[in-house]
Amino acid sequence: MKQDIFQAISDPTRRAILTLIAIQALTPNAMAEKFDMTRQAVSKHIKVLHDCELIKPEHSGREIYYHFNAKKMQEFDHWLAQFRQNWETQFSQLDQLLTTIKEQATK
Amino acid sequence: MNNDLLFDFNVDKAAKMVYITREFNAGQSLVWDAFTKAELLDQWGAPAPMRAKTKYMNFEVGGRRFYAMISPDGQERWAVQEFTSITPKTNFKMYNAFADKDENRELPGSEWDYIFSEQNGRTKVSITIFNESFERLEKLLEGFKIGFTMTLKNLEELLTTLSQK
Repeated sequence: MKQDIFQAISDPTRRAILTLIAIQALTPNAMAEKFDMTRQAVSKHIKVLHDCELIKPEHSGREIYYHFNAKKMQEFDHWLAQFRQNWETQFSQLDQLLTTIKEQATK
Repeated sequence: MNNDLLFDFNVDKAAKMVYITREFNAGQSLVWDAFTKAELLDQWGAPAPMRAKTKYMNFEVGGRRFYAMISPDGQERWAVQEFTSITPKTNFKMYNAFADKDENRELPGSEWDYIFSEQNGRTKVSITIFNESFERLEKLLEGFKIGFTMTLKNLEELLTTLSQK
């Protein structure tokens, strides 16, 4: 099942992980250390973030480094911009309707 | 056209909230009617080229509006709004959910809260939308995209036909 990006970023720990790896790619062990969490807890968060493509793994020798996927965040922002655009269209339609009604009332 | 009218659109991704504020150049009673009467809602409540069609609307607490967004090719996407609180002219709240053409709802939906206030003959409407899920919001846009894709497809076909001549 495709993970929900809203769910992914609504968790404060996951947001902190994203903020951290936006600066520098990290291994799960490094994340566990920085957040004082078990490897298991970190793995769960990584899975959620990875499922909705907000982070990307990169193998380096025996280690896996996770990178922040800025492109995915941009997609999400682009999507929201479209949502806003729809509202703008509807509201200007309403502006026109209100103008029409007001004109009819004064006739 | 109305560049001096306030329009704010903010998203709190973490809280899953969308905040929209818009000013209209009309009195509160009229703007309230435009948001709460089916015959007016249907004239603006879908972004062109989509259009809105209300099957029925009982604007009272516990009442419902059952309506469709219709794309240019005639595809209907039904939804149900259930009114949970109404303070005439100033505030109403509703629960919005997608549905099939027989009014069977797909839960979860989203919670909407509208606040109306008038100043100097202008009415400000503040809308707060709480969405449990991004996927659900995505679905909302899908319908609009279908409308645009259709238009583009028709254009492509027309261009193909023209270039073959």
